[in-house]
Amino acid sequence: MTTDTVGRFERELEALEVGFTRVRAADASDAIETALEEPAVGVSLPFDGVSLPDSVRRAPTAGDLVDARTGVTPATFAIAEYGSVAIESRAAGDEPVSLYPERHVAVVAESDVVPDLSAGFDRLVPAFEDGEDSLVFATGRSATADMGGLVHGVHGPGEVHVIVLEDR
Amino acid sequence: MASNRQSNPSQREKAARIRHLMETEGDAIYAHASASNLRRTQTYAETDGIEALRTETRAIKEDAIERLPSLLETVREAVEENGGTVYLADDAADANAYIAEVVENATGGDGDGTDATGASDTPSVVKSKSMTTEEIDLNDALEREEIDVTETDLGEWVIQLADDTPSHIVGPAMHVSREEIADLLREEFDTDDPFDTPEALTRFARDKLGERIREADVGITGANFIAADTGTITLITNEGNARKTAVTPDTHVAVAGVEKIIPSIRDVEPFVDLIAKSATGQPISQYVTMLSPPTDSPTIDFDRPDEPIAGGGDRTDGESSDQTVGDDGGASDSDRDFHLVLLDNGRMEMREDDQLRETLYCIRCGACSNSCENFQSVGGHGFGGETYSGGIATGWEAGVHGQDAAAEFNDLCTGCTRCVDACPVKIDIPWINTVVRDRVNRDEASEPYDFLVDGLTPDAESGGIDLGKRFFGNIGTAAKLASATAPVSNWLSQADPVRAGLERTLGIDRRRDLPTFQRESLVDWFERRGGPETSRRRAQRANESGAGAALDREAVLYPDVYTNYVDTDRGKAAVRTLEALGIPVRVPALPESGRAPLSQGMVATADRQASELYAAVAEDLDAGRDLVVVEPSDLAAFKREYERLLPDRSAGRLAENSYEICEYVYGLLENGADAGVLRTGSGDDPVAYHSHCQQRTLDLEAPTTALLEQCGYAPRTTNAECCGMAGSFGYKQEYYELSMDVGDRLAGEVDGAERVLASGTSCGDQLETLLERSVPHPIELLAPR
Ligand code: SF4
Repeated sequence: MTTDTVGRFERELEALEVGFTRVRAADASDAIETALEEPAVGVSLPFDGVSLPDSVRRAPTAGDLVDARTGVTPATFAIAEYGSVAIESRAAGDEPVSLYPERHVAVVAESDVVPDLSAGFDRLVPAFEDGEDSLVFATGRSATADMGGLVHGVHGPGEVHVIVLEDR
Repeated sequence: MASNRQSNPSQREKAARIRHLMETEGDAIYAHASASNLRRTQTYAETDGIEALRTETRAIKEDAIERLPSLLETVREAVEENGGTVYLADDAADANAYIAEVVENATGGDGDGTDATGASDTPSVVKSKSMTTEEIDLNDALEREEIDVTETDLGEWVIQLADDTPSHIVGPAMHVSREEIADLLREEFDTDDPFDTPEALTRFARDKLGERIREADVGITGANFIAADTGTITLITNEGNARKTAVTPDTHVAVAGVEKIIPSIRDVEPFVDLIAKSATGQPISQYVTMLSPPTDSPTIDFDRPDEPIAGGGDRTDGESSDQTVGDDGGASDSDRDFHLVLLDNGRMEMREDDQLRETLYCIRCGACSNSCENFQSVGGHGFGGETYSGGIATGWEAGVHGQDAAAEFNDLCTGCTRCVDACPVKIDIPWINTVVRDRVNRDEASEPYDFLVDGLTPDAESGGIDLGKRFFGNIGTAAKLASATAPVSNWLSQADPVRAGLERTLGIDRRRDLPTFQRESLVDWFERRGGPETSRRRAQRANESGAGAALDREAVLYPDVYTNYVDTDRGKAAVRTLEALGIPVRVPALPESGRAPLSQGMVATADRQASELYAAVAEDLDAGRDLVVVEPSDLAAFKREYERLLPDRSAGRLAENSYEICEYVYGLLENGADAGVLRTGSGDDPVAYHSHCQQRTLDLEAPTTALLEQCGYAPRTTNAECCGMAGSFGYKQEYYELSMDVGDRLAGEVDGAERVLASGTSCGDQLETLLERSVPHPIELLAPR
């Protein structure tokens, strides 16, 4: 996508108080390492040449999930206009890994950052028509205003960091 | 004293109940609802294409409800093909019985519910927020079956612990303060934690609820939208609880009204784009989950902490770009069980009802509540029925719980129409309220004192309507009589025994100042000064002097009831202004607009008045004359409600040729008339201006402010959506204090201003009472003397 789109995405994330790093695939592992707080769990990253740092527990158990401070997942795509990342519910556990730990690190290919919601649906609709069964647009941090003031980190993560792979 | 028997007890009880709610819940509700309303307004203003988006969602809903029977079939096929089950429930009992059975089966039927020792524990359910499950009282029904239910939305959880009911469609615990929540949790969990910050409360709630979610046998959610073609449900939350509820337990039940079905997954987009904007003013909600369950996401058994969550194990990452989605093993598919419970409960009948059908387009965003001044004062416990709250609650309650459920609170809708601009799917919420009020009126038994207003009420209503409503619905006749007998009628109406009588019989609160009727009506004044001939000469002089717009136009000034009999000054100011700008004027006696009976739910009377009015002006319209209106509520009748009362052609013709006075004058200046002949300011003379609620909905606030600016004033407009007076509302004994509460907020906004202007009669009266000074119509400020 154009730098403009990524720029827009970055600005939106900043407004949402979500961390942002743009790196080459070769440096992604280090960037993830920097962005996470241990203990961390993760699911496989489907990007050529990108792997989870060793400190991230793969194939986590239910116990790992409860104890984890950070969850690392890929995002299928991202929507610049709203600063949203699209998380698929793969059998590997992307949904719980992105949801249970207090901190979520999402990794997305720059070519998958789409400008707006409409472009996001252009990706989503054919996928669902083809049998895709779950996608979450996650925007910013879990929040509530039900307890007498705005608080982040309720049932979902209170901290989010997005890593954009500039050459993917 | 006999006069101590002031009024009928139900009105006093109602007044007391409203007072109590304003005292106990009003502050919290106001803080939240008004803040959401302001954010919603700003977000709408900042969103390009918001109107197109609203039109699009509206069209999708119209189409979906039209095609609902066939979409029900489509969605059933799609969900079944995905591996889920669809259950169409006729009513609450049917839905509850089905869900209870699903829960029993989920706990007893497979290994997961019974633990390793074989002891079968109480089935447990976690829920994310769903108004539909409130509608069917699902929690009570499940608890009767000894099933544990825990709400996971923090606000809903608070309500559950407090054994309270939601006060708002979106923010169920909006009426509860932080301190009250802290007290509640301390008592409920027997702790002395001070809970002195929202963070502390949230952390505690998260931990407690996290446990419940991990242990639950079944997760129950609502569904914001259901795409028929793919069987995909959309869940929208900010907390993330719906995500957890849907995917953590292996059985997921989604409960939704049948009206949530939209044709296709593509149609979900504009709703996702719109719902957060209208609900809270956020661009998009934190979590928008679209899922066609059962999903591939692994179920997680927290009782077996050492087992990998992905049964088949995860792949090594790295170069695995060929990873496919959806079928990469795992124990997930077979474990998951999904039930979509679609609720009828009156909806299919609403669909057949030409007036209530629109209610089914509602996406339950709460914007109508937030934009409503009465709601901001009393919240959903006052302005709401058994389940739903706010303006649209009238439609929902009448449809799903029956008309009586709506009758209780329906009068709190004053028809101000501010919700019309707020509603993402453009539902005419005030009209639904008018229609249901009309139906309620017709069902009510006849009361005594009918003889008293019979002579004053040449309406088209069958007997039995509340006397006060009949009186206000026929206000034009009463005003004519009062004017004819002024000043005696004015002296009389100040007398204590008369006020006591008015309170007892018509429910007119004795604390409210009554209007002072003019002996000479505007129409009579106009005739006395020479009628249309004189006006033509004056306009001609203006044109000759170059001050006029030199347009070949002629205006009929509509003498609405108040301008004609009470506030004749603003009518005279309008006539003088138009003439000074070169426009000859006529002020014929014209029928009432129908606004007064509409506000009382007397649709038949309004319908008759609309026909009479149209007949009376048809010739003027044919002659190319413009109908210029001072009172915004009458103009709103011509432009909005007449669409429903007159044939399209007539309504269109009248609407096209009717103008608000300041809009018209502004147009004259734009066409070359000389503002210099008006009483202009120095360039930046500050004025506080409260535009009328219905005028705003017609997008006619801007022309008045533009006119004021062009004439050398610096207008500052108000945020309050309405003055609280709303025609007759503020006169009524049961609503007087509420009306003053709303009015106080408006008065607070303009209090310090040197000059305060208002376009509506009611707004002016209300502000004059509260500020104790004169609050003229803008045209009175500008008119040449
Ligand atoms: S009627 Fe409109 S504004 Fe009110 S809750 Fe429904 S969709 Fe929202």
